[in-house]
Amino acid sequence: MELHKLTAHELIPKLETKEISAEDILQALYSRIKSIDSKVNAYVRRQNDSSFRDSPQETGTVPITIKDNICTQGLNTECCSKILGGFKPPYDATVIKKLKAAGLSIFNFKANMDEFAFGSSTENSFFGTTHNPWDLERVPGGSSGGSAACVAADEAIWALGSDTGGSIRQPASFCGVVGLKPTYGRVSRYGLIAFASSLDQIGPITKDVRDNAMLLNIISGYDALDSTSINTAVQDYTKSLTNDVKGLKIGVPKEYFVEGMDKEVEGALQEAINKLKSLGAEVKEVSLPHSKYAVPVYYIIATAEASSNLARFDGVQYGFRAQQTQNLIDMYKKTRGQGFGDEAKRRIILGTFVLSHGYYDAYYLRALKVRTLIKQDFDKVFKDFDCIIAPTAPTPAFKIGEKVSDPLKMYLSDIYTISVNLAGIPAISLPCGFTKAGLPIGMQIMSKPFAEEMIYRVAYTYEQNTDWHKSKPKI
Amino acid sequence: MEFEPVIGLEVHLHLKTKTKAFCGCSTEFGGQPNSQVCPVCLGFPGTLPVLNKVALEYAIKAGLALNCTVNKFTKFDRKNYFYPDLPKDYQISQYDFPVSSNGFLEIDIDGKIKRIGITRAHLEEDAGKLIHKDSVSLVDFNRTGIALLEIVSMPEINSPQEAYEYLTGLKSILKYLGVSDCDMEKGSLRCDANVSIRPKGTIPLGVKAELKNMNSFKAVRDALEYEIERQAKCLEAGEKIIQETRLWDEKQGCSVVMRTKEGAQDYRYFPEPDLTTFIIDSGLIDEIRKSIPELPREKYQRFIKEYGLSIYDAKLLVLIREDADFAESCMQTYANNDKKLIVNWLNGALLSEANARNCQLCQLGIKAQDLVELVNFVERQEISNLSAKTVLTQMIETKKGPAEIIKEKNLSQISDTGALDGFIEEAIKENEKSVADYKAGKENALMFLVGQVMKKSKGKANPKTAQELIKRRLENA
Repeated sequence: MELHKLTAHELIPKLETKEISAEDILQALYSRIKSIDSKVNAYVRRQNDSSFRDSPQETGTVPITIKDNICTQGLNTECCSKILGGFKPPYDATVIKKLKAAGLSIFNFKANMDEFAFGSSTENSFFGTTHNPWDLERVPGGSSGGSAACVAADEAIWALGSDTGGSIRQPASFCGVVGLKPTYGRVSRYGLIAFASSLDQIGPITKDVRDNAMLLNIISGYDALDSTSINTAVQDYTKSLTNDVKGLKIGVPKEYFVEGMDKEVEGALQEAINKLKSLGAEVKEVSLPHSKYAVPVYYIIATAEASSNLARFDGVQYGFRAQQTQNLIDMYKKTRGQGFGDEAKRRIILGTFVLSHGYYDAYYLRALKVRTLIKQDFDKVFKDFDCIIAPTAPTPAFKIGEKVSDPLKMYLSDIYTISVNLAGIPAISLPCGFTKAGLPIGMQIMSKPFAEEMIYRVAYTYEQNTDWHKSKPKI
Repeated sequence: MEFEPVIGLEVHLHLKTKTKAFCGCSTEFGGQPNSQVCPVCLGFPGTLPVLNKVALEYAIKAGLALNCTVNKFTKFDRKNYFYPDLPKDYQISQYDFPVSSNGFLEIDIDGKIKRIGITRAHLEEDAGKLIHKDSVSLVDFNRTGIALLEIVSMPEINSPQEAYEYLTGLKSILKYLGVSDCDMEKGSLRCDANVSIRPKGTIPLGVKAELKNMNSFKAVRDALEYEIERQAKCLEAGEKIIQETRLWDEKQGCSVVMRTKEGAQDYRYFPEPDLTTFIIDSGLIDEIRKSIPELPREKYQRFIKEYGLSIYDAKLLVLIREDADFAESCMQTYANNDKKLIVNWLNGALLSEANARNCQLCQLGIKAQDLVELVNFVERQEISNLSAKTVLTQMIETKKGPAEIIKEKNLSQISDTGALDGFIEEAIKENEKSVADYKAGKENALMFLVGQVMKKSKGKANPKTAQELIKRRLENA
């Protein structure tokens, strides 16, 4: 039996009846990784591990893979950046504590990502790019490219990613898996190395909707250590997996169907809409008039916060410190100059600029105001609609190297996901088809704050009535 | 030309919370370096701040006591700058919505009451401490993250003495509230001063200098005096004053330039996204308002009114809350209507004892009742004033009551004429010259003889009786 191919909800009953052991699952995963990860590069810091299996591995039931920006006590957490080289957190992130408490084992290799989650292709990793399991010439998306690729390639049962502007959903879409960005405040950020604090959320990346709901059950909930986590009751999300969308009102934003959208993506989405209609949902066009400002607003707010969040990587306490420096300022400059990659530097400079004296009002303050307008667009729609359906990304996975030289083009690959983070609402990406060339296409379902159960209900119903999630890449 | 100084003070004080502003670490002073730290105050990647509610309550309390408006809406901001004692390379502070604003503090200056405006009082976190050793610099993060209240005055202070009075008054209030130790030596109170001068009678402000590194209120006063004189000399010599930050060197009694305005930093303040905004419930404000004790100025006015104290005495007594309470219980225990008699002891002998021991009045361990009893002994002329001071020292050292000490030390005053006769006899015999002087009309000679009797009686003689007896004897001779 190829255990690595199964989902958690398929594995758990087998573990319970002792048909298999946790060790069997780990063995299956390790041998899978050994055979294909040199091609996919979903995991980091495993290359020089001569005895693949010797690293400490806590026992538990189903193993889970963690993105390299979520703190795991004693286990390197480097945000795939040179500047955090060798950093072993002295504490577990709240989500890790919750996973351990639920009996899961934290997989001892961490998932590749764009440095500090800055990117949409995982090409900005210090450890080299991850390859899309469906076409190794292509990117897996980003920044949680490693998490999405390892789940797609059956190198993991399930995984955690983080989503600041689409970093869970876009790679889920590119890799043909299910990824959810929860409502801001639903999952504790304590232990997530911050990119943009007001936008970041940790979320599950899984092979199907049921696993996704199960994982959200474990990681969500109020945390006194995170002042931005919200104290509302956590539903049992598996209860919303009802295979029923009859009478639900679904909006499709007209602003999302613009030039630049791939015809095959548009076609797949249209078919998905028809499918949901046929299952009894009521689908109508809606308007999110401020959508066009989402990308610029995002790149002001996110970089402003990032420029401050990343200040602490200064060579003083942990991580990389440049050698042969003359004095304090020289040490700061050389450490940060040598420790950060190009995209990190670009965003730090951009963020520093928009917060600078004399520019703050024109950029940051203005961006905050437009952010409110974007949120109000959603509020209005959700007064009359249960959820919104949109493509996750304007194109399927693009070629490695295709957009690296043009940051603006790269930023536009998040055009459909960014608004969700600005508005703080939840959204999922799940497979809704393949291009002729065999690349996965993702559909996004958004709903109002804390309406994850609505998202799961629609996603599950669609999944149960399609077969996309059953396809596996051939590597 | 006569100049008028314009001074504004920025006071930073540690709030006396058990734990730090945004984590659970202890705020105890004097621990082993880096023994009171955790991932949060060390700014480790992924950690998040959680506001200490007590710090917010203390800040509100201080704001109310300083006559400020407590803002119904408050939030935190990040102040960004790189320094090794600042683990996150930003400080969580408050920019546009401080906890409280628009207050004032009253000081007494030249016999008049003057109101010094307070612009704002806001919460922030402290940084760590750098320790420079030979070729290396070390950082102690124990202090990092301790809740600080920054109190900014209006530029309404017009002399170094006013600044001194403002600081003394501020410290007194904050200590009354119990929200801070205000101990400059331990770094729990720090003060920076902005000062400029302008020709007297004119309105436009001059170019200011910021003064740092003053380690006592006296140093603040000295540094201001020095700076005002420096600026005046500058202007009189036709030079321009440059906006700069200067460091006070207490040993040398002068200040040196630390940086000029060209090097001023852009702190890139923006709202702290890791903390939510806070709506301060008016119920909470009322509750905190109720918990504010009688403050030094109210107490001062009451002492004058209720106990008939002089301005000087009242002011001295109310400075420290526990001392004021002790003084009041002494005044209440003391049956005489003229409280001046007991107050003289409090602000005299007791205060010198306390100063000698570097402690407060109430820390001398004397009970109000015992002090009153001692004063009563003196008033009944059972012991001399001089002996009473010895008894007081003994009371402090042995914790015994006055009666017991007087008995043990045999200090009862000799008013019995028979018992004094012998001493007087001897004194007259041994000091013929003084006797002659007295007879020649030198009144001072009598006091000398009284002094001799006091000496011979080991201070136990009642000086009035002795004087009376010597006089009678010499005049009758």
